[in-house]
Amino acid sequence: MNDWLLALLGTLLFVALAPLFAAWVKRVKCWLQNRSSPALLQPYRDLRRLFSKQVVMAETASPLFVMTPYIIAGATLLAAAVVPFIAVNLPTAAIADVIVLAGFFSLARFFLALAGMDVGTAFGGMGSSREMTIAALAEPAMLVAVFTLAMVASSTNLSTVIDQILAQGLVLRPSLLFALLGLMLVGIAETGRIPVDNPATHLELTMIHEAMVLEYSGRHLALIEWAAQIKLLIYGVLIVNIFFPWGIATHNSVTALAIGAAVVFFKLMVLGALLAVGESVLAKMRLFRVPAFLVLALTLALIGLLSHIILEVG
Amino acid sequence: MIRFEWLSELLARCEDEHVLVRHGSATQLALVHLLDIDHEDWGSFAAVAHAYGCRWSAVWADQVDSGLFNLNACFEYRGDYLVVRAGVDLRQPVLPSQTPWFPAANRPERHVQDMFGIVFSDHPDARRWTRHQAWSEGHYPLRRDFPAEGDRGGEICAPDADYPFFQVQGTGVYEIPVGPVHAGIIEPGHFRFQALGETVLNLEERLGYVHKGIEKIAEGRDAAGLARLAGRVCGDSSVAHAWAACMAMERAARCSVPPRALHLRAVLVERERIANHLGDIGAVCNDVGFAFAHYQFGRLRETWQRVNGQVFGHRLLMDCVIPGGVSRDLDAAQLDALKASHAELGGELEELSPIVDYHPSLEDRLLGTGVLTPETAALLGTVGYVGKASGRDYDLRRDHAYAPYHRLQVESPVFREGDVAARLRVRTHEIGHSLALIQQLLDTLPEGETALPWQPPASGAEGLGLLEGWRGEVLCYVRFGDAGKVARFFPRDPSWLIWPALEQLIHGNIVPDFPVCNKSVNASYSGHDL
Repeated sequence: MNDWLLALLGTLLFVALAPLFAAWVKRVKCWLQNRSSPALLQPYRDLRRLFSKQVVMAETASPLFVMTPYIIAGATLLAAAVVPFIAVNLPTAAIADVIVLAGFFSLARFFLALAGMDVGTAFGGMGSSREMTIAALAEPAMLVAVFTLAMVASSTNLSTVIDQILAQGLVLRPSLLFALLGLMLVGIAETGRIPVDNPATHLELTMIHEAMVLEYSGRHLALIEWAAQIKLLIYGVLIVNIFFPWGIATHNSVTALAIGAAVVFFKLMVLGALLAVGESVLAKMRLFRVPAFLVLALTLALIGLLSHIILEVG
Repeated sequence: MIRFEWLSELLARCEDEHVLVRHGSATQLALVHLLDIDHEDWGSFAAVAHAYGCRWSAVWADQVDSGLFNLNACFEYRGDYLVVRAGVDLRQPVLPSQTPWFPAANRPERHVQDMFGIVFSDHPDARRWTRHQAWSEGHYPLRRDFPAEGDRGGEICAPDADYPFFQVQGTGVYEIPVGPVHAGIIEPGHFRFQALGETVLNLEERLGYVHKGIEKIAEGRDAAGLARLAGRVCGDSSVAHAWAACMAMERAARCSVPPRALHLRAVLVERERIANHLGDIGAVCNDVGFAFAHYQFGRLRETWQRVNGQVFGHRLLMDCVIPGGVSRDLDAAQLDALKASHAELGGELEELSPIVDYHPSLEDRLLGTGVLTPETAALLGTVGYVGKASGRDYDLRRDHAYAPYHRLQVESPVFREGDVAARLRVRTHEIGHSLALIQQLLDTLPEGETALPWQPPASGAEGLGLLEGWRGEVLCYVRFGDAGKVARFFPRDPSWLIWPALEQLIHGNIVPDFPVCNKSVNASYSGHDL
């Protein structure tokens, strides 16, 4: 029972802290560009503003268009429930493993792409087409990176993977290193960050993710944006907790949880700063370079898989 | 160099082709040669000029009395400007087009057709251009009988929904309509793409959404009022247009301008050039998601414009140029403030320019994107930085040296690559050259008056102003009527000559690269739509 409470608490934390993580990345970016940043609470204010606004909908919108924000928010929430945040022993992990996590993301993307085409504007269709092109390459790369982990831990269950890595102690495993690099590239592409997509652009013709949500407003837009922030945080937590799990709470005492929370906060701050540095020194790639970028991610993940078989088995 | 030493040869060729030049004058439009021809020869003269190698620059009409239009076209050859004029009868306003020889004349001639009802019989494109649906058939707003306040009494006209855009047919070809309302806060213009996947097969522009009736509301203004209006033709070229209008009026009135005022005007126009180039460099970087440069260059532009505000009283330098001189003099403290801002900008650019020039991630996006070949640029008669990036080595400050540039050493960059990176490089180089020019101008700033009292010229006096604005060649025609009031004002922004280049350079590029190509060209909507 306690475990379930904890899982619920972890998920709520995910939802509550996701805008803060986005604000932190933005703050570091502002610092790097020599300008003053908006308050860390700004994304929350934006969400509140959007929730209180009227929804304006195109006349051609079908029920699918209305359902999509809720499906996306729901799927992303469920995905967050699967990922160990401050404690490792998640009861949810017993019902859903990392492949289910990838499935949740795919489900959300599938509906978002449909909704992009639903209204019938040129930009929505363009965004959906681009998103699917990228997804077709990003998903295999993500799965191969995940399979590398699964082979290291002989399990696709995230809690088990983390337990295994903790139990082995600090060993340099080439397979994990390559998988980490592959997963980071996939994360950048999947969450629509520079150099793959520019979340801050106003240029309709260059958009990928934003083009699909151009027609959304009010609480629908708020849900989609919040889900995007949660997705960014999920990728962040996946990277820091799987590859650098030290400090995560392995049993459910208050001290362990407090330490776990503090440690994961610190790790996310470092990761967020790294992301901001990357986004500041790079321009956005030409759209047709993105496949090459994702093939690199896939190759890295494959090398990880191979190096596990060649170097680590036996 | 002797001016117009080529003209007799051109006239001889006209004779060979049986183009009758009725009258020629070197004085009626000072510094520009004026040739009167028959309207039947309008097209054949263009053929001669084209064969001779002239560049087409502008066309404008003017209703000189109730039954007669004067149609004017301006050509440039080796830095000399030639205006040909033909009288067109109101009852039979039909004459051949120049577009078959000069593609640049396409839209300007349609503008004349829309505004005056002068029909170009063999024009390849009969669609409306500026007029949209706002006026019914047979209503020509620049004719004398059209009331200045408009003739529809607040009635809202139907949207222009059935403009027949060029269409590409084929499997998988689709159409993307963009604008005139955009997701960002930019000027309105409609772009119609025909695309195959992400590759652009064809782009067609549809402009005219910010038509303000500037040519009409200029009628009846006095000289000072016209200078104010000209400064608002296009907000980012305020000095260039105001100076061109004043130049035209001063030439019409045979009025000289004090040397100190000329230097100050040049300082103003160079400051405007630098401000816009700074903004553009940042904006091009922003369009490829490189926010760092965007904010840094935005900051430079902002501090630069704040100095404008402190020293000249207006951030965009509006109303500084007045007929007969400039409205503000500089004292020693203000000169120091200007010099300090030049030194500061120079220092900052030393640090920032290499980042933009040598950033591999930027190079990847900008090199080879949106190529305008030198051949296409020559065909279109492209001017300004778009031309200079595509091998068109022409700068009025050097090649049509007007005061005060005739005393200065003017450098002008030229590249042949024609891509976005080259257009960006022209801007970086021009900032450096402009800083050096301002230095020369301030070092040699003459003492004396900054403005002479304005004496209105006689009715019928006309003048043509020509100068190098930050976008390129700005042309302005002014004719005075009775009591020193303006009877005709025609400002030709360089945007007329660079908008067509955008349609060409986008061919074969991908749709998401359009914004950066557009930004690198940065033609004005307001200056074009008038």
